[in-house]
Amino acid sequence: MTDQSLGSRPQLTDQERDGVIDWSSGPRRFITLYLPLSLFLIVLLFPFYWMAITAIKPNGELLDYKNNNPFWVKSPTLENIHKLLFQTDYPQWLWTTMMVAAVATALSLFSSVLAAYAIQRLRFKGSQYVGLAIYLAYLVPPSILFIPLATLIFQFGLFDSPLALILTYPTFLIPFCTWLLIGYFKSIPYELEECAMIDGATRLQTLWRITLPLAMPGLISAGIFAFTLSWNEFIYALAFIQSSEKKTVPVAVLTQLVEGDVYHWGSLMAGALLGSIPVAILYSFFVDYYVASLTGAVKE
Amino acid sequence: MASAATESRTVTGRRQSRLVELFDYKPFLIFLCLLPAAAFLLVFLSYPLGLGIWLAFTDTRIGRTGQFIGFENFVSLWHDRVFITTVGNTLLYTGAATVGKFALGLWLALLLNNHLPFKSLLRAIILIPWIVPTVLSAIAFWWIYDPQFSIISYVLVDVLGWRDSYIDFLGQPWPARWSLIAANIWRGIPFVAISLLAGLQTISPSLYEAAMLDGANAWQRFRHVTLPMLMPILAVVLTFSVLFTFTDFQLVYAITRGGPVNATHLMATLAFQRGIPGGQLGEGAAIAVAMIPFLVLATLFSYFGLARRKWQQGEDND
Repeated sequence: MTDQSLGSRPQLTDQERDGVIDWSSGPRRFITLYLPLSLFLIVLLFPFYWMAITAIKPNGELLDYKNNNPFWVKSPTLENIHKLLFQTDYPQWLWTTMMVAAVATALSLFSSVLAAYAIQRLRFKGSQYVGLAIYLAYLVPPSILFIPLATLIFQFGLFDSPLALILTYPTFLIPFCTWLLIGYFKSIPYELEECAMIDGATRLQTLWRITLPLAMPGLISAGIFAFTLSWNEFIYALAFIQSSEKKTVPVAVLTQLVEGDVYHWGSLMAGALLGSIPVAILYSFFVDYYVASLTGAVKE
Repeated sequence: MASAATESRTVTGRRQSRLVELFDYKPFLIFLCLLPAAAFLLVFLSYPLGLGIWLAFTDTRIGRTGQFIGFENFVSLWHDRVFITTVGNTLLYTGAATVGKFALGLWLALLLNNHLPFKSLLRAIILIPWIVPTVLSAIAFWWIYDPQFSIISYVLVDVLGWRDSYIDFLGQPWPARWSLIAANIWRGIPFVAISLLAGLQTISPSLYEAAMLDGANAWQRFRHVTLPMLMPILAVVLTFSVLFTFTDFQLVYAITRGGPVNATHLMATLAFQRGIPGGQLGEGAAIAVAMIPFLVLATLFSYFGLARRKWQQGEDND
């Protein structure tokens, strides 16, 4: 088979597929399908259950498996969460992370929309190579860049400032968003823009009034991806930020909540859980965009 | 009064139209559109990449500009047992985790490709490990791997009675390595599964019908229909996965920080340890630069492996 056929082959509706795929009988279907599927679900979700249950366990139950069933909690407590919210800088960390992620996402979306529009719509000589360069930029991992970037950040006087993160996160967000948006712009018929331009709209008006509204689902998924990626970023935040109150949640939970050899597992798990909730909420609202563009981006 | 107002309006109108003309001048517009993205990527990506390669050939420390010392960093790394172990760890980690992720991810994708109730809810749930920040789920694994209170040990020893003693997951080199690989596989399965599921859904059922009429059994249908049809998408996902697993930092830093006694360092974590807290920027940069040949190999593989695919924004005129 040729590779080109992959992109052009239409997605099949469930109805078209089911009649044929659904061929195995009851008990066999249970062993080959539902049993392994449930195992997958249990394994994939167990760490979150474990996180949640640890977060509400009192210390006595947490460290005594002989007299308590570790999978359950007898007298749940909010003490760990209370301690996290009122005796640490946790709210501050959440706020910093959210702010950094939001600004970095906004900057990246702005740059990516323009770049993707230039590459996909304002066809010019070499636009292909610009696209390729952006693809290659996506392949450069932060683990190679953080040392030279640290010296650069220091020279710019941005060390220990959230601005350092806001300015460096777009390096991995822009390639990703641009790539996603190029695919999206491609799916919008160019004729619509031509019509607008024949009616006297300028190119920027066309972009603003025609292309962007039509590309809204693409913009939303690029935005969610960018926000999630910034929230998840770790190595830059670890290397460029020193003061406790300016740290992002992932770094702070790991470096500030662990005091010496004493691990406060309850608070630590509460911190991990609370830090996951914002992205989880965002994700649950836009899950369809998320899955569609994830599969779309890979398939293109 | 009125005429003055009209005049000023036409002047601004003219000025606006000149501006509009400028914005409709294609080369200018292209330049303007590419400017923000290019500025970010040149200042914070291309330049640091070059600077990093330069630093690798110097003896720079934190707070002190270094001298050019040629290949000295690389020579000393070559004789550094910790570095050699680290390269071995990185290759093992990438290899084993990739095999695990793809085997299990493909299996999960095949399961999800069946007719199931609550299909989209199921897909949404399965992606959760992938969207939650890596470090935060890594902390959960850290607790799961606790030497005294590991829930895995509890189940094996106290519930099932399969073992006599609790497992010291992170205290010894080999168990620690496998523990990290297991956590990486756990995190990678959803992405692989959902991507491959997207590929599976484009395979026409008529191909399976034809194969069944020809008497192909389940394995033959998988081997001769599913796998070849899935190959292109498998290649893309594989390249990305290898690239990101090879340069992984978060999971190891969160769970073992390279311990016990440097046994689980990956190249990224060793580069960090030597470069930032250790202050040896030159040496750290050299370790990071040593990752580049591996990455170039992976990228070339992707480029030639996918050369027949049309590049995304493609040559086709739509």
